[in-house]
Amino acid sequence: MSTTSIETRERLQPGPASSALLWDYSPSLESTDHFRLDARYNLFIGGKFVEPHSRRWFETINPATEETLAEIAEGDAEDVDRAVREARRAYQKVWRRMPPSERAKYIFRIARLIQEKSRALAVVETMNGGKPIKESRDVDIPLAAAHFFYYAGWADKLEYAFPNRNVAPVGVAGQIIPWNFPLLMAAWKLAPALAAGNTIVLKPAETTPLTSLLLAQIIQEAELPPGVVNIVTGAGATGAALVAHPDVDKIAFTGSTEVGKRIQRAAAGTKKKLTLELGGKAPNIVFEDAPLDQAIEGIINGIYFNQGHVCCAGSRLFVQESILEPVIRKLRERIGTLRVGNPLDKNTDVGAINSRAQLEKIQELVSSGVEEGAEIYQSSCALPTRGFWFAPTFFTGVGQSNRIAQEEIFGPVLSVLTFRTPEEALEKANNTPYGLSAGVWTEKGSRILKMAQKLRAGVVWANTYNKFDPTSPFGGYKESGYGREGGVHGLGPYVVLS
Amino acid sequence: MSSEIIHSSLSPLFPAAAFRRSLSDALELAHGVDAVSAEERAASLAKRSLKKESKVWGLKLAISMMDLTTLEGKDTRGKVFALCQKAMHPEPSDREIPHVAAVCVYPTMVPFVKQAVAGSGVKIASVATGFPSGQTFTHIKVNETRETVAAGADEIDMVIDRGAFLSGDYRKVFDEIAEVKEACGPAHLKVILETGELANYDQVRRASLIAMYAGADFIKTSTGKVTVNATLPVTLVMLEAIRDFHHATGKQIGMKPAGGIASSKLALAYLVLLYETMGPNWMTPDLFRFGASSLLNDVLMQLRKEKTGAYQSGDYFTID
Repeated sequence: MSTTSIETRERLQPGPASSALLWDYSPSLESTDHFRLDARYNLFIGGKFVEPHSRRWFETINPATEETLAEIAEGDAEDVDRAVREARRAYQKVWRRMPPSERAKYIFRIARLIQEKSRALAVVETMNGGKPIKESRDVDIPLAAAHFFYYAGWADKLEYAFPNRNVAPVGVAGQIIPWNFPLLMAAWKLAPALAAGNTIVLKPAETTPLTSLLLAQIIQEAELPPGVVNIVTGAGATGAALVAHPDVDKIAFTGSTEVGKRIQRAAAGTKKKLTLELGGKAPNIVFEDAPLDQAIEGIINGIYFNQGHVCCAGSRLFVQESILEPVIRKLRERIGTLRVGNPLDKNTDVGAINSRAQLEKIQELVSSGVEEGAEIYQSSCALPTRGFWFAPTFFTGVGQSNRIAQEEIFGPVLSVLTFRTPEEALEKANNTPYGLSAGVWTEKGSRILKMAQKLRAGVVWANTYNKFDPTSPFGGYKESGYGREGGVHGLGPYVVLS
Repeated sequence: MSSEIIHSSLSPLFPAAAFRRSLSDALELAHGVDAVSAEERAASLAKRSLKKESKVWGLKLAISMMDLTTLEGKDTRGKVFALCQKAMHPEPSDREIPHVAAVCVYPTMVPFVKQAVAGSGVKIASVATGFPSGQTFTHIKVNETRETVAAGADEIDMVIDRGAFLSGDYRKVFDEIAEVKEACGPAHLKVILETGELANYDQVRRASLIAMYAGADFIKTSTGKVTVNATLPVTLVMLEAIRDFHHATGKQIGMKPAGGIASSKLALAYLVLLYETMGPNWMTPDLFRFGASSLLNDVLMQLRKEKTGAYQSGDYFTID
């Protein structure tokens, strides 16, 4: 495999005053010679890699260089049908009947293999998705393993998760995952479904299929019975075929609200159980008594983590008017220290935008912000010439009615709004069709509790942001979806109780 | 609370400036610090990966920022003399290695240091004010400071009265620093907060601001004589206070972590923390120091390794 070539110029302009002296951190690239990608990946059905019925493959690229990484099979309705039949057979003949403690062993084995191969998985995640290596290394891959470990523990304890009820699996689950945390989202979906005794057809996102396919290899190595997990790659049509398949008992989808609504329509009137984890436009609320420098870190982490490709990103910053000046000043200083560039560099803070389409969407929404009169501030960092890049950006002077305050941008773009009282903050924060997450920054404990109670959001972080743990449920209110993933709640969608 | 305007001929950095020394201004800026987030931020900066030229550049800078220190009851003229030699010529075989910033000793050793480092550019730093506990009378602290400066010290490292601070008598802490600052005359004042005894980051920030508003030229974490000395998060919190003080007053205050910084890797982590918190302007011995005794040899060993490609035995580095 060719190594990535990105022209990055290290630069920093941090601090209260900048001078000519810059400390150039020499490139510190994570190596890519410790694994080899196949030239072509087929569908993983019935425990084997098989060619797609369509006999068509599409290229998957590195968004930081636009170089092709591999060819990926394009699954069609025939392939989906084949995968669902394999999943049904494995469900009835093997997985449902297996003693739960045996199921747990397989899930533990997958978790351990993810840990063993974490270095390669992290590098591939970064190359295929554009996220900084420090994030895939320290967040995505360890959390993915943690989810398998956590749900492995539940497999033989389901009767304690749902006391005094009879617990049965749902059957065959169709799972469609997004491109922002490819392996982690696969883990979120697969682990609880497997623990509860379901079999699965998983459809990875079109732009980021590689770590799911490496996971398929891990699943083979773990000797999971054939057909328990099937992975069918492809684009929207492949996902639609999975949703429409009559023998799928449950659909779990993570992605945009627009597609979520379509899936909901498609599933209406069928026996299918449905959970949706959709978009967000999360409020991050900073009160005047907040620990200011840490709040700045939380704001930065809330919106620029993973280039803002995070459904729970804190994309609407609400600042109490009395501290607007220091917050904006500190934000400007801090944004200048973000290192944007080669995602494989261990010192990179912000990587590449996932795809050209996403970049265009971000550009379009940012233009609308400028046109609607908001004041834009962008990091002056140099961007590589090839690949898809967008400099960390924030807007001030944003009104509730501006598009950039209402629509999900899903990029490194923050809208700053102000409030005067806690009541006003609540009213504005809740004034959105979304309700996935929220952040509250204050030194006053009672205010945290009050805000958390009244914010219409599935997750409320207090004096922190973007913290995830397998034991903690995650999911939305309103158009951010329904159903919970993670924790004991995450088992709910994958069981039938009687 | 009273405040006074001091026309500061006392501050050599800003001879013309007038700044308000006010305890109430200090306390106004002393908002809370979130411990979990501060530690997380420090830990993430410690993960920066420094290689090749950037590593060499950082290590050389670290040497030039060192206050090479010996603070023991058993210090003698001979010991101090050896230390001074090392301070002036850390690596005689390599002319590109700079001298350290200062030699830091007890007051009675100051005349010997003055003799030894004359004309070399190495500064003479001395602890004073009842170091390390600070549990003595204010007039004794002031006199000790005055006599130490008269003996030739360029820089005074004082300790704050932690007893007064922890009992809430910020006025006493503030006034004592101001008095010592006055006694310093032309010498620079580093104020040691002894953060290991201040219990939490809120207190560290408060003590930092009190010290700066009272006239400190530098604020310093530790004496090196208690269980917990300098840490990255404490240094981050102090730097953030320095940054806010700079914004409020225009005055640039230096930072000195001290105690327990013994490896090159850790020293580089401190420099990254400094760089990404304060920017390039603070990357100078005028505004950042390491208080250390065993760090120098590890840095020299790393620099030799970068130059030759191999680690050399400890026998090739002098023990002073």
